[in-house]
Amino acid sequence: MRPFDYVRATDAAGASNAAQAANAAFIAGGTNLLDLMKLEVMAPEKLVDISRMGLDQVEEQGRDLRIGATVTNSDLAADLRVRARWPVLSRALLAGASGQLRNKATTGGNLLQRTRCPYFYDTDTPCNKRQPGEGCSALGGETRNHAILGTSAECIALHPSDMAVALRALDARVEVRVPDGAVTEHELGDFHRQPGDRPDRETVLNQGDLITSVLLPAPAGDRQVYRKVRDRASYAFALVSVAAVLRVEEGRIAHAAIGFGGLGTVPWRDPSVDELLTGERPTTALFDKAADLLLQGAETHGGDDFKPPLARRVLRAVLEEATA
Amino acid sequence: MQTTLSINGTEHRLDLDTRVTLLDALRDHLGLCGSKKGCDHGQCGACTVLVGGRRINACLTLAVMHDGDEITTVEGLAEGADGGLSPLQRAFITHDGFQCGYCTPGQLCSATGMLGELAEGWPSHASADLDGNYELSQEELSERMSGNICRCSCYPGINAAIRDAAGAEGRK
Ligand SMILES: Cc1cc2nc3c(=O)[nH]c(=O)nc-3n(C[C@H](O)[C@H](O)[C@H](O)COP(=O)(O)OP(=O)(O)OC[C@H]3O[C@@H](n4cnc5c(N)ncnc54)[C@H](O)[C@@H]3O)c2cc1C
Ligand code: SF4
Ligand code: FES
Ligand code: FES
Repeated sequence: MRPFDYVRATDAAGASNAAQAANAAFIAGGTNLLDLMKLEVMAPEKLVDISRMGLDQVEEQGRDLRIGATVTNSDLAADLRVRARWPVLSRALLAGASGQLRNKATTGGNLLQRTRCPYFYDTDTPCNKRQPGEGCSALGGETRNHAILGTSAECIALHPSDMAVALRALDARVEVRVPDGAVTEHELGDFHRQPGDRPDRETVLNQGDLITSVLLPAPAGDRQVYRKVRDRASYAFALVSVAAVLRVEEGRIAHAAIGFGGLGTVPWRDPSVDELLTGERPTTALFDKAADLLLQGAETHGGDDFKPPLARRVLRAVLEEATA
Repeated sequence: MQTTLSINGTEHRLDLDTRVTLLDALRDHLGLCGSKKGCDHGQCGACTVLVGGRRINACLTLAVMHDGDEITTVEGLAEGADGGLSPLQRAFITHDGFQCGYCTPGQLCSATGMLGELAEGWPSHASADLDGNYELSQEELSERMSGNICRCSCYPGINAAIRDAAGAEGRK
């Protein structure tokens, strides 16, 4: 690890001020950042600790929920309100990492976790995300854990979060405090950036911007399912995952919001899939059409050729469960 | 950087490089070598300790981030009223819950934290519903302990020991 200064912030203003230096980074749970710093994939010269700023509360706001940025994945999954009304979020969180990691991992940190592309981790191989312009070792390399949607000629790295997949299906918003003190809100769908020609720019955040909370609107559907398929039963990242939030009225799908993990360069959701399902009676033919739509632009790379058929089957199973 | 860690009830004042992980502070600076380093990347659980009663991976956190925190390591589990082993530790011996023993301190701390989570009614990925009443079935146990890998694959003994200590023996 490269040497760095460490400061503990006590409030948001202090945190953003301290993090304005060019190579400063916030640290929350540290479970992703320290992992990458040990490998010198990331080498901030200053860490601003935001874990003791009181951003660890979950609060009701009318029918909505405000989740502080440093609420741990464990606390959020166990929150009684989340379990009762946003169960797909509890399920997605519980499907991620391990008991120990969830006790440290935070809401903000989970959204901002970096890709698990093995070449991104290996500083001896070229990687446009680490070093723009260097080239992408995954193209033509090992691609089992890569994205098939939202990729570019420069990068095909997958966004690995489970939590974010459920949050997309729940229409979550991200509240950000910028260094001049202004507070802005982003739809989660506008928060992450697809790689394009700048795979190093992963979100809309600029230096010093602090996620203060994630806002969950009242759920638009009571039928919520999260299903994750992985190489082993636990403690592994998703090959494919699907989060569904549905409402069924008089035998028809009145609301559909489907998030996808393991497929996209960002936590994925396709409005055309949601639209196709809405207003229809649930049938296998309909679910297959939804999969066609989802996958029409998919590009596979050899190692991930299994993903389209797997995604189709998982989507169908999840929709069957959610409409049963 | 000056940092005070309260470990197994004793306060330690340390002057540490900011890069020192909690695991390295315990092992290299305080001589508490019970906590083990397997992977150093959050992938094995050998370094599991309890902070404020919660299990975490000591390899993926900085010591300076724990100023003032109450930390329990495997050395602290044995410091019961009679100074003897905890019921969980004794169950590991009874049920042969280890071979080389390298993962054992992490298993013990993790299981201690896990049983606390279960008592608080936390759900897991293996839970059929989210209502908060969970028995330590084999599925629940395997899922809740999946963050601890045993290279010797002593899982049958580890599982039996934890279920015994949890008073869940005989349940399916
Ligand atoms: C072995 C292993 C297995 C895992 N398995 C899974 C899995 O199956 N599913 C899954 O979803 N995840 C998994 N994870 C990833 C884990 O969920 C993330 O490491 C964790 O959520 C990151 O949160 P953190 O608080 O520790 O972030 P940190 O490491 O503290 O920070 C991550 C990044 O976010 C920035 N940051 C943090 N908080 C803020 C904020 N409030 N505002 C602005 N910037 C901020 C930091 O500067 C840093 O760049 C796994 C991790 C490991 C090590
Ligand atoms: S896929 Fe992206 S992260 Fe992986 S090597 Fe290519 S540029 Fe780097
Ligand atoms: S040494 Fe910490 S998880 Fe392996
Ligand atoms: S007893 Fe050897 S690693 Fe578990």
